[in-house]
Amino acid sequence: MNIQVDLQESDGVLKGQVGGEIDAHTAPVLREKLEPYQNIESLNAELDLSEVNYMDSTGLGVFVAFYKSVNSQGGHLKLSGLSARLKRLFDITGLGDIMDIESAGKGGS
Amino acid sequence: MVQKIGSQYKEILNQYMQRQSEQNLYVGQNFSRQLISENTSPEDVISMHKAAMQELYEDMPETVWHSFDFLIEMMINYGLALQERQSLLQRQEELRMEMDLAANVQETLLKTTLPTLDGLDIGLLSVPLRKMNGDYIYFISDKKGHAGIAVADVIGKGLPAALCMSMVKFGMDSMNDSMAFPREVLNTINRIVEKSVDDSMFVSMFYGRYEAETSILTYGSAGHEPAMLYRAETGEFEELTVKGLLLGVSPMATYEEKEVKLEKDDMVVMMTDGVTEGRTADGFIDREVINELILRKKGEPAQVIVQYVYDELVRMQNAELSDDFTLVIYKKV
Repeated sequence: MNIQVDLQESDGVLKGQVGGEIDAHTAPVLREKLEPYQNIESLNAELDLSEVNYMDSTGLGVFVAFYKSVNSQGGHLKLSGLSARLKRLFDITGLGDIMDIESAGKGGS
Repeated sequence: MVQKIGSQYKEILNQYMQRQSEQNLYVGQNFSRQLISENTSPEDVISMHKAAMQELYEDMPETVWHSFDFLIEMMINYGLALQERQSLLQRQEELRMEMDLAANVQETLLKTTLPTLDGLDIGLLSVPLRKMNGDYIYFISDKKGHAGIAVADVIGKGLPAALCMSMVKFGMDSMNDSMAFPREVLNTINRIVEKSVDDSMFVSMFYGRYEAETSILTYGSAGHEPAMLYRAETGEFEELTVKGLLLGVSPMATYEEKEVKLEKDDMVVMMTDGVTEGRTADGFIDREVINELILRKKGEPAQVIVQYVYDELVRMQNAELSDDFTLVIYKKV
């Protein structure tokens, strides 16, 4: 299974890197790893997706679900390092307008 | 019956004891298959073995017979495990039959009728990846030349996706309006999906309203793969982009709509991401590839074109599609 998920959380700040392919086979892995953090109050999460080389709509579903639960707890989710292909996926689905996303090569730390 | 099997076993064992040949071993192997097919448990086989040995070699020391009794005891749990496996297999078969039934119900439930409209040739193909289809096409039309089409895709696959799709269908049915505009349809369905679906399930949907009299297509999209417009005059494709959020994410979502007037031989290509997200050994299949395939057959009827695109994409991906596939072409004639 070609996915890497690396998450560190302290004091309500979640930093993470996701890499590889997010599709119907690997999306459940990502969902499971994110699950423990989704109910933390006022979570400030930033996930770096610059190493993601493929994502389909199943992967998108995982991020939207996480976004919804983080938001409902008064938190914030930012996705950074989006490739052009990923950016397009967020734009087509209208999610780019409501979620905090940032393309690769722009700003970031 | 048991006695007959017992004496058969004794005979085969005896043959082998006389001569340890491959041939005699082979007879034994075949016999064990027969025992399995008759659900003979491992402990029964050993009992049979013990009985046969007692008849053939009655002078063996007592310890040998005791050891067989012990072995029989050891095998009882293996026998139970075997029984469990058999009941699991049976259960699996029952589930498979239920899935088949559900797929049939889905097919009947989600069946839609192609509208007949003056001056419009419609081609349509929807192929599920597994038994249940997570893509959905819905048509509604009237005799005055109005037709609505919804092309929808549930994020997620299999049974949950199919159940979600039924909800979309009932939403469309309850509107029952062939003259409805995309904005109105998408708003309504969004509210239904948002209320009733779990957090990680979403639906993307393209809606097109066509009027035969004016040849105008009004379209809107809820986070769906943009439709393509082919202009016969220029020979170029353009994306029909229009803003709108996936259904089921936010009750506040609003939907844009745009319109386009179709001229002779123009085509509108509507699809789900199963068409555009294909992967081959060399990389991704992008829109250019699909446009190119359509161009090769542009003189043919719409149904021939969609079938050709599907066949070619299946061929390019070595017959391994990774998602439900749905493609609809409106061709102005």
